[in-house]
Amino acid sequence: MSETVAVLDYGMGNLHSVSKALERVAGGGKRILVSSDPEELGDADRLVFPGVGAIRDCMAVLRETGLDEAISRVADAGRPVLGVCVGMQAMLDHSEENEGVECLGMFPGRVARFGEARDATGSRLKVPHMGWNQVAQNAHPLWENIPDQSRFYFVHSYHADEVPENWVAGFCEYGVRFPAALAKDNLFAVQFHPEKSAPCGLTLLENFLHWKP
Amino acid sequence: MGLAKRIIPCLDVDQGRVVKGVQFVDIRDAGDPVEIARRYNDAGADEVTFLDITASHEGRDTMLHTVEEMASQVFIPLTVGGGVRTLEDIRNLLNAGADKVAINSAAVKDPEFVRQAAERFGSQCIVVAIDAKKVSEEGEGNRWEIFTHGGRKPTGLDAVEWAKRMTENGAGEILLTSMDRDGTKDGFDIALTRAISSAVLVPVIASGGVGTLQHLVDGVMQGQADAVLAASIFHFGEHSIAEAKEYMAAAGIEMRL
Repeated sequence: MSETVAVLDYGMGNLHSVSKALERVAGGGKRILVSSDPEELGDADRLVFPGVGAIRDCMAVLRETGLDEAISRVADAGRPVLGVCVGMQAMLDHSEENEGVECLGMFPGRVARFGEARDATGSRLKVPHMGWNQVAQNAHPLWENIPDQSRFYFVHSYHADEVPENWVAGFCEYGVRFPAALAKDNLFAVQFHPEKSAPCGLTLLENFLHWKP
Repeated sequence: MGLAKRIIPCLDVDQGRVVKGVQFVDIRDAGDPVEIARRYNDAGADEVTFLDITASHEGRDTMLHTVEEMASQVFIPLTVGGGVRTLEDIRNLLNAGADKVAINSAAVKDPEFVRQAAERFGSQCIVVAIDAKKVSEEGEGNRWEIFTHGGRKPTGLDAVEWAKRMTENGAGEILLTSMDRDGTKDGFDIALTRAISSAVLVPVIASGGVGTLQHLVDGVMQGQADAVLAASIFHFGEHSIAEAKEYMAAAGIEMRL
């Protein structure tokens, strides 16, 4: 039977790239569905939760529309969920962006701003953290066929923090060492954009589509 | 270890066709932006920038289709600039698959437009493009002014102050072009690049004047640019992206190889 991979659309931004990247790696037997319907999303076999923009708006829309419950339905049923960028941040407990926003609490930890981090030469690091950076992987099926320390495309001003090490699937360094990928049972989340990370990103999406947590 | 500096090939697109065509070996259609973007993607470019120079309003829809097509086939970041004047222009480009949108003269006309754009869509996708020209006399301290209309129209705005103001308004990145160097192949205006890059806390893309691979190195090492943009040295096959990256890496610059 054909599997439905739903991309959660909460109306804030461009999901074209995410859905096209999934279509590229999906092959037969998988249907990629972009949806903002909680019912449809809650029924999905796999859920991708990409986020863009401000966390306050993201959380507000999720709660108003009941999309937060759709995410829980998929997650609680043990079906795979992939959070991307602000989607990953929304899966943590709390974000300090927009004067503090309560998030979904699917992973323990919080979201902090890149402070006045400095590089080795002492100059202040640019924020947003924008471009291709390396991820030091912890063993996980979603890293299959992706060499450790591969580069992924990041663009963000806030990062995950205070996440217990056993739930970190990969670290990145930019002034501070921060969790770039989180994993817990059937949940996986990445700060970078796999849909914009050339072959490594596509491989990760492909691994997600085949993942049997 | 750490964040890599980026190489960004830039394409001028008119009504969905690349102008000043790209001369790759065995390219099927040197005017097809999608094929060219795909080639650059395969060659290891870190991003691609499209500059839409279409004059007519109708032609702009063609650009949206082009962006959509490209975003379906190329999985690296795409910046689109040229003629972006309204929040709707930005929304249309983002929905079509652009990752970042560059605002140029509309920002000069109304600096608050950048603030509105950043609030609506997030700073991460708002690039402010700055065209600067040196206006200081010989022997004076360096001073650069913002010009619009392809470098013909002075605005009276000091380039460094303007860059700071744009980032305060929410620009997430600055695309800095030296109008003195653009098209000369004499290298970036290093003093300008360094002045802007050290004045703002967002990434700066250096543009204008690249003629050799050493110019790319100088832009990063001396100009402190976070990314370097070039057109003709890549389009006309003088150098490949891979050569440029290896050259920069050999100079001690962190690159995605």
